[in-house]
Amino acid sequence: MITSLFFYLFAAMTVASGVMVITARNPVHAVLFLILAFFNAAGLFILMGAEFLAMLLVVVYVGAVAVLFLFVVMMLDIDYADLREGFQRHLPIGLIVGGILLVELLVIFSGPGTTMGVAAIDTSRSNTALIGDVIYTDFIFLFQLAGLILLVAMIGAITLTMRHREGVKRQSIAQQNARTRDETITLISVENNVAPKSILPSQDNSKKVVR
Amino acid sequence: MDPISLFHYLTVAAILFTLGAIGIFLNRKNVITILMCIELMLLAVNINLVAFSTHLGDLSGQIFAMFILTVAAAEAAIGLAILVVYFRNRGSIAVEDINMMKG
Repeated sequence: MITSLFFYLFAAMTVASGVMVITARNPVHAVLFLILAFFNAAGLFILMGAEFLAMLLVVVYVGAVAVLFLFVVMMLDIDYADLREGFQRHLPIGLIVGGILLVELLVIFSGPGTTMGVAAIDTSRSNTALIGDVIYTDFIFLFQLAGLILLVAMIGAITLTMRHREGVKRQSIAQQNARTRDETITLISVENNVAPKSILPSQDNSKKVVR
Repeated sequence: MDPISLFHYLTVAAILFTLGAIGIFLNRKNVITILMCIELMLLAVNINLVAFSTHLGDLSGQIFAMFILTVAAAEAAIGLAILVVYFRNRGSIAVEDINMMKG
């Protein structure tokens, strides 16, 4: 009974948040509703007994992806009202296509065998332990591949957004380490009782450098 | 019979997927909203996978949902990076302005 109550709560909140994501005027609000949808989907995952995925959804999606969206939305200086024109014009075709898609999906899902309950697989051990059992044994290569995909995405995002600006003073460690004693230190023989004109090597007295 | 069956979860996922599809139609000019709609659709797919995983008593569905999460995170990062670079070069992210390649 209490499970049903929480299911309808999470499901209604997820769907309502999804509606707000696609209809919100302010894209910052849309991102915040997306975060709410992710939280409620995590609640649905917990009801299904997938606690590890629920935590992953909160950590990875809310903590990283949604914040990334928020960051980009706030960083770009865009007139979002301008981008919303055509919303009314595209509403009928969107509703028609969406309605057809929804009806088709529900017809498929109401087929035989879908009225049975959904419960955790093995309640004697935690979901995280069960996933840990298989992910490092049966799925080890796929797991490594997922890490590789993340590495490629990270390098790609960095190389895409990095830019070199001209005229900015930067420290070049390679250049610093490549300096030798000869091009750095100049030894100047100074005569006694005569004031040196200048010790700068770019001046004329640089010829007097003693190696 | 459990009052909350597999069908309930699949219905939620179907509604969420449809909302993502409708959102792409509605916000045709705004790339950021389109990316968010794709995230919604991927979330619906994940709900489907986890529901079937627990329904069939097979953990592979949850592992697969985890990989989808990984790919979705990578996709969002790359997509937003492309968006930032595009905005830096053109000063706009309207979809109909993206025509440099005359495709």
